[in-house]
Amino acid sequence: MRDSPDPRSSCSDARAGATTDTTAAKAAGKNGIGTMTVASENDALKRREHPKPDTSDAATTPDTMHSEGDGDERENRPPLPPRPSLLNASDRPNTPLSPTKKPALQSKPTTAISSVDIQTLAFPDGTRGTFSTPASRSVSESVSLSGLSVGQSTPSRKVSYNGNGEFDDTTSLMSYAPTLRANGDLASLLDEGLSSQSPAWKLLSSQADTVNPFESIDPQDSPLLNFSHEFDEIEAVDSKGGNEGKLFTCPAGKPIWSRHGDQNLINGYIGIIQTIISFYQEAKDPLMGFTAGGTKFVISTEGPLYFVAISKLGESDVQLRSQLEALYMQILSTLTLPTLKQLFTNRPNTDLRRPLEGTETLLSSLADTFTKGSPSALLSALECLKIRKSQRHVINNTLLRARTDKLLYGLIVAGGRLVSVIRPKRHSLHPSDLSLIFNMLFEAGSVKAGGGENWIPLCLPGFNNKGYLYMYVSFVSAHEDGEAPSERPHTAGSGRNDEIAVLLISADKESFYELKKMREEVVGQLEKNGSMNIIKSAVRQGRPSTSDIVPGTIIRHFLYKSRPNVQFTMPSFSPHFDNLLSRRRLLSLYHNLHASTHAKHSHVKVLHCVGRDSISLAWTTPFFEFYCVAGPNASRSALAQGANKVIQWVKREEERVFIIGGAVF
Amino acid sequence: MAEATAPKPSSSVKLVLLGEAASSLVLRFVNNDFQENKEPTIGAAFLTQKCNLPTRTIKFEIWDTAGQERFASLAPMYYRNAQSALVVYDLTKPTSLIKAKHWVAELQRQASPGIVIALVGNKLDLTNETSGSSNAIGEDGDEAAEPEDDGDARKVSTAEAKTYAEEEGLLFFETSAKNGTNVTEVFTAIANAIPETSLKGARGPGATQSNANRAEDQSRVNLTGPRDNASKEGCAC
Ligand SMILES: Nc1nc2c(ncn2[C@@H]2O[C@H](COP(=O)(O)OP(=O)(O)OP(=O)(O)O)[C@@H](O)[C@H]2O)c(=O)[nH]1
Ligand SMILES: [Mg+2]
Repeated sequence: MRDSPDPRSSCSDARAGATTDTTAAKAAGKNGIGTMTVASENDALKRREHPKPDTSDAATTPDTMHSEGDGDERENRPPLPPRPSLLNASDRPNTPLSPTKKPALQSKPTTAISSVDIQTLAFPDGTRGTFSTPASRSVSESVSLSGLSVGQSTPSRKVSYNGNGEFDDTTSLMSYAPTLRANGDLASLLDEGLSSQSPAWKLLSSQADTVNPFESIDPQDSPLLNFSHEFDEIEAVDSKGGNEGKLFTCPAGKPIWSRHGDQNLINGYIGIIQTIISFYQEAKDPLMGFTAGGTKFVISTEGPLYFVAISKLGESDVQLRSQLEALYMQILSTLTLPTLKQLFTNRPNTDLRRPLEGTETLLSSLADTFTKGSPSALLSALECLKIRKSQRHVINNTLLRARTDKLLYGLIVAGGRLVSVIRPKRHSLHPSDLSLIFNMLFEAGSVKAGGGENWIPLCLPGFNNKGYLYMYVSFVSAHEDGEAPSERPHTAGSGRNDEIAVLLISADKESFYELKKMREEVVGQLEKNGSMNIIKSAVRQGRPSTSDIVPGTIIRHFLYKSRPNVQFTMPSFSPHFDNLLSRRRLLSLYHNLHASTHAKHSHVKVLHCVGRDSISLAWTTPFFEFYCVAGPNASRSALAQGANKVIQWVKREEERVFIIGGAVF
Repeated sequence: MAEATAPKPSSSVKLVLLGEAASSLVLRFVNNDFQENKEPTIGAAFLTQKCNLPTRTIKFEIWDTAGQERFASLAPMYYRNAQSALVVYDLTKPTSLIKAKHWVAELQRQASPGIVIALVGNKLDLTNETSGSSNAIGEDGDEAAEPEDDGDARKVSTAEAKTYAEEEGLLFFETSAKNGTNVTEVFTAIANAIPETSLKGARGPGATQSNANRAEDQSRVNLTGPRDNASKEGCAC
């Protein structure tokens, strides 16, 4: 199955069929791979040619650096910017675009052998991310799609493109099907007739119609192989275990915080990275990122701080950058922007570790959430607890009625999902602020583990990065049958899934007792009017599975984001994505679909993607973004039908799965 | 948590916790629990726990504050109205007692004049002293410091801390949140040391206990009750 050329031909055919009216189709057809749109490719090519450092620097910088490390040592040493390859220059015109711009499609006929080229320079306008040879991109992008790795440890790895090639080539098998008929009927767009599969493939499929996504993966090949160790306390940036690291530092070069990696190693990294960064800064052309081998480095500068993400997990630049952004937001949330600035104005040498003391767990859990893969972070949207509209209405009104003068925002959150929000008319709640709060409450465990009620000063950067708000938090366990437990019993391992939190936010630091009283009022009322039980049972029930939603569907998981509401809904990860690894693979797939449909110049509205281990679909309209995945042998039309059914379900349940309008005062 | 067997007058006492290894102490007192790697407190946590004295029930309303520097400016908010304070230091850390002394000084300067302050050296289990029994030395205690064995983690001698506590008129204990040594004793001693006159019933709506026990208003404190005979009485927890 791995070596079968059939899936590829089938996907090429399909794609061509779906895009008959675009030149992209022709271009793609020629290469035997899909491309997004010609427009974006050309654009990017132009852009790539435009900034000078591109060709010249790609050729020159590695010279200054290759003494520091060699490709062959990547296994044991921090991956460093490697030697330039002579092939690069000639490859470049054929080099596919930045992964952030368009989907990764390796196995270009022109692919160079080298896996250790830097061709990835990006520019401060932010429009260009990393671009690289197909070789390195096949690591950074498609690997995550398929879950199959080309292995960081094989410098001599080849990308084969003769059709039946090696596994790393096969893994990249997918089709991105651009179409202009964005809102057409999916089923007809992706008609079964379009996918003319070879008899052999069909035979195989018929034997295993129910293969689930990622089932066929040989885990030995995966860069995610050590994924489960990613969260061990053992620090290992350079060893095989370390797939991902984030660190940030200030201009004086003091590492402030890092996730993974022991301090000595980190210090080494920082020296090198800082040298590279300042090299470009002197040239007034700040470095945004680069790729070395299979390791992607993304750099972002926020005021006095450098943030560096080092990842082998195949996120796109945009995603890594947004993760770094989230870490920065966490720092702002701790310090506020004026304080941060002041610290460095007064003493440029400031060691930020001290003021940030105690927030390490928040930063780490944030980073881990990204590493694990977070639909909420990917979609920049929130998830709500599914309850009836009328039930939510009662809860909203309970909050509104108990509202005190000092209240700014009032929220009820259950199992990391929003139950109800009340807010002043003129202020909305920024999703990134909420994700900081959710991280603190449900992931980091610092608050929850203490028990009791909490009074937490925090800055919500999306609301106002200049000052603190004060948050009253108390937990109610969904598993407690008694009423109004205020001290939640401590259970060390209790996940985020059975916790109901009442959050009351005020700008007045003296308002604790007022908000505490409001909480008592709210919880008392919710218990009286039965809402608390409704919340509890909804939490206990968890998310429905896809087959609960659409009986018999081949869809194994989906994400549906309502754009106007900035909220998303999804089914439970079980039974198909129960463990961390398969969940991460799924999220990587979503990341790729998302990146492809969100590329700047992409007009892709429907994207059908066939991989060796899964087929998937992305569909965007002004109203929603939809992503779903099924096993590799599922048929295109079944996928499309399932997608339509899910979307119909969401439409039907819209007022249950989303908070629409919300309660304002 | 034990309830009083017979209705007794009950009164709330506000207590603020400052210093290092403090949350663990209150976690032991309130939940009878211990976490080996407790995460730092963010902001402050508000907890309640009852303490049964022979003649009355004391309901502690405890503010457990975060130890990090950046929260220090918020501390006055928590000790401003407190009747008692528990200043905890980590007896395995030499600098810890110094920080505790700063807190004591600040409390003496800024908090309400009658505040009862207890100084507590926590992590007694990390010393080699075998006594699970009595390192408790009340204001009037006169136990000598136990000899320190070699190789134990103690960095602050009992004598030093105790001398300081006596000079400043503080209650003094050495405790272990991990194995529970002396934890309830600390709170009982504080409960006993609160002057009658500052004991009131519920202190307005702001101070009402969150759930179970909304009955305080009916149970006004018996101001004539004895208070000093209860030092052997443990807290009901
Ligand atoms: N062995 C031992 N360890 C303890 C004891 N008390 C606390 N610890 C440990 O010391 C560390 C810090 O304890 P905390 O109670 O969180 O200290 P804290 O003062 O609340 O810290 P902040 O909230 O950051 O101010 C934790 O890892 C505890 O497990 C003790 O009695 N014995
Ligand atoms: Mg604490």
